[in-house]
Amino acid sequence: MSDALEKALDRISRVRGMRGLMWVSADDGLAVAQLLMEGVRGKAVAALAAALARKVSGAAGAVGAGPVRFVQMEAEGGTLLVARAPSDLLVVALADSRVNIGLARLEMMRAVEAVKV
Amino acid sequence: MSTTVVEPWTEQPLLRFVGQSSARLVVVMTPAGQVLAQHGFTRAVDLMSAAALGAAIMAASGALAEQVGERAFGALFHAGQRHGILLAPCATPQGALIVLTVFGRETSIGLVQLFYDEFAAALQRAAPAEAVRGPVLGADFEADLNRSLTSLFRR
Repeated sequence: MSDALEKALDRISRVRGMRGLMWVSADDGLAVAQLLMEGVRGKAVAALAAALARKVSGAAGAVGAGPVRFVQMEAEGGTLLVARAPSDLLVVALADSRVNIGLARLEMMRAVEAVKV
Repeated sequence: MSTTVVEPWTEQPLLRFVGQSSARLVVVMTPAGQVLAQHGFTRAVDLMSAAALGAAIMAASGALAEQVGERAFGALFHAGQRHGILLAPCATPQGALIVLTVFGRETSIGLVQLFYDEFAAALQRAAPAEAVRGPVLGADFEADLNRSLTSLFRR
């Protein structure tokens, strides 16, 4: 399982502009596997991405939108992408402004599919 | 939720930690179980029980660490169905402290740990240099305990 998770991160990391990638436990906000550039605070990204996913899921539930599969948060300094996988996992990507969001999303959803089995 | 302190220098770091982490209950105590600050408790008996149990758990895990050749263990985390507990040490100029944090499903251990690190650093900075302490006497202990309870529960 650990190998599959790391391979999936490696594949997403080939998208230009990626600064950090992690599998995060959605309930705990702790990193399960990670691939980070120097200077990225993995612990903080994991905890805050899980909190963001939880809040967005709560909001989606409140308006009857159903389960959230993908969250994209753009900020001045970069973008945070979060995709929900089975087994209580999130795939989290931290990217700079050059990132091709569509490609990153595609690779992240592929990673989610890959860890389903 | 109320926050009360015996040692004023613990107040600002504690308020910030509670606000950031969304913790439900927090106790800052000495390794002997003497409470320096608390958040969220309404009854003295619950607070004193939690402090005594937290101190006992840390002492037991410290003894276990020695048995397996470790100097000390770090933080302890227990995950429950509705609550999680983080029991962590914190070194300050006043000596070692223990922080017991109880949190619910509205936050996560990742967030609590993240902000705990900042809290521990803030306590370290805020703590005054160690005061000279006299010997601990039975009579002093009871008076100290009563003073602490009065400060924490304002009665």
